Amino acid sequence: MTQPVSPAQRDGSPAGPDLRKTPGQPPDPGGAGGRSPRSGARVALARADVRTLSLVGVLAVLVLIGGITKPEEFLDTTNLQLVLTQSSIIGVVTVGMTFVIMSGGIDLSVGAIVALASVWATTVATQEYGFAGILFTAVLVGLGCGLVNGVLIAYGGMVPFIATLAMLASARGLALQITDGKTQVVSLDSILDLGERDAYILGVPPLVIVFAGVTVIGWLLLNRTTFGRRTVAVGGNPEAARLAGIDVRRQRLYLYLLSGLCCGIAAFLLIILSGSGQNTNGNLYELDAIAAAIIGGTLLSGGRGTIVGSVLGVLIFTTITNIFALNNLQSDVQQIAKGAIIVAAVLVQRRTSSHT
Amino acid sequence: MPQIPSRRGLLFGTAAVGAGALLTACTSNESEDEKPAANQNQPAASDKPGKPVTIGFAGPQADHGWLNAINENAESRAKKYSDVTLEITEGANDTAAQIGQIETLINKKVDVLVILPADGKALTQVGLKAMRAGIPVINLDRVFNSPQAYRCYIGGDNYGMGLNAGHYIGEKLKDKKGAKVVELAGLDNLELTKQRTQGFDDALKNYPNISKVARQAADFTVESGQAKMAQLLQAQKQIDALWNHDDDQGVGALRAIEQAGRDEFLMVGGAGALAAFEAIKQDRGVLKATVLYPPTMAASAIDLARALGQGKGISGTAEFEIPASVTLYSAVVDKDNVDQYMATGFK
Repeated sequence: MTQPVSPAQRDGSPAGPDLRKTPGQPPDPGGAGGRSPRSGARVALARADVRTLSLVGVLAVLVLIGGITKPEEFLDTTNLQLVLTQSSIIGVVTVGMTFVIMSGGIDLSVGAIVALASVWATTVATQEYGFAGILFTAVLVGLGCGLVNGVLIAYGGMVPFIATLAMLASARGLALQITDGKTQVVSLDSILDLGERDAYILGVPPLVIVFAGVTVIGWLLLNRTTFGRRTVAVGGNPEAARLAGIDVRRQRLYLYLLSGLCCGIAAFLLIILSGSGQNTNGNLYELDAIAAAIIGGTLLSGGRGTIVGSVLGVLIFTTITNIFALNNLQSDVQQIAKGAIIVAAVLVQRRTSSHT
Repeated sequence: MPQIPSRRGLLFGTAAVGAGALLTACTSNESEDEKPAANQNQPAASDKPGKPVTIGFAGPQADHGWLNAINENAESRAKKYSDVTLEITEGANDTAAQIGQIETLINKKVDVLVILPADGKALTQVGLKAMRAGIPVINLDRVFNSPQAYRCYIGGDNYGMGLNAGHYIGEKLKDKKGAKVVELAGLDNLELTKQRTQGFDDALKNYPNISKVARQAADFTVESGQAKMAQLLQAQKQIDALWNHDDDQGVGALRAIEQAGRDEFLMVGGAGALAAFEAIKQDRGVLKATVLYPPTMAASAIDLARALGQGKGISGTAEFEIPASVTLYSAVVDKDNVDQYMATGFK
């Protein structure tokens, strides 16, 4: 982040579409950017807004369904706290995933990293290094796994799918080896208390505050910094980004580090929530995070996506699960609905993008 | 099978005669040694060293407290016998990988195989293959599709678990009008989960004052237990009892109960984890009992495999051979009897 020069400016061509005002829009894929008129940016902005609005609409419909079917249980503060808490962990992972997908990559190892970070941190806890020991171990393990992913992909030239698949397998294996299949129960009050009602700040659980913080930082990073613009540029057209002077490899390394960091934070939140570390933690997070990012409007091929969309995606999934559980519907129905929503959301996006 | 008594007489009670040519072949070479003893006593397996037996053990990946306890029970039991060599394979949840491992054990010509298949149906063929190769199979817990694929089945009683949990809760709540019960089930795509639920529902039918108001399935993990329980508690503002299928996911469920600040109900767990036993003993929360699904079955499987390998029966029964099937009892462990079971609790 040492050179706050946009690729277009560096190229010497006139200033391109103002990426600051168009969250998640790629530079003109036709070249190094700079040739598309300002109106194009405005259309793109409108398109992004339509997408976000449609997601808000879906969420509103879900809230309506929840309110009608279970007015007393759904529409109360405790339930709102519950939905947000249950969104927090996967939400933090999804923010990291959104960056990776936007750069044209994928991180299949997020769930396994969460598992590894949580068990590593909780085995340290059983050795009584305290709160800070658990927090730092979780974050460091997350960063470490991200570093390995990043180096393999950016400098080792491995396909992200394969590199992170390998990380998925080995991190889960290591987590299993560390725990021997046993649940690592945390007995530290300083950790456990954070998951209790007493720890709520103005009615907001600490987990949700962390989630909100990560979301805001993620949004700022993507929309207000060179780092964000470079991410979009690398995802939109890596070759153009390289020609524009972006160190594409270093950018990729940073992105997988970021994803690993998010996994480490998520693992810490999971330890607070469940009071334990287990090698089965983070099961299928990779699919949930990818699904949330995609229904949030992130292009799997890279170059486009928004943090707000991804977070809305997470909230939509958690709200569905909540409504289904409140109505005592079984998990098979929940899974079918989840699949249907993914398909519907992607179809809606295709329509909105083909119209403009 | 009318020919059994006469053949039994001929062989002076050596084991496993009726079970087919392969078993006869397996046991006949030792009949000489056993004759004198068999004349007077039942040739029950005892702790005294006998003919050396190599037992091959193939189980699923121990990614769960109970499965880990299975491996530990098998290993520690095998160590107890100086005449037993245990060939244990790396656990695998992948059907193909487990088949490969069992085939390796067959090629090594172990005397007896103990198999806990990751998927009983999918591994039936390799069970048949072992039996055809003359290696008797003890099928542990997840049953094969064909009785020809194993000599002896030993496993837990999932239906009985549900039944006993239901009766325990029923007795506790029998005087309560309009009692509400919820169920936190395990992984719904496993048949055992459905059996546990069926047993529970059948038991509750005996108590017309009790109704099951909700059921959610979790994934046998702490994380899923916490998440699903939090939802269940939100959906049901007032309950009288909870049955949770699994003590591992129960760690998460108890966490959710604590976080929600609820304590108006009694909870019954399942499986028999050490943490659950300790909570029951200290009586420090809603968890009042757990229904056993004992991992000690793996130790019993080693006992049976050894007896089979040595051509003996087991003590305490009148038969000359080990039984064709043993189904464990799903005892309810509560504060009154928890001390007795403490040693079997798994982490």
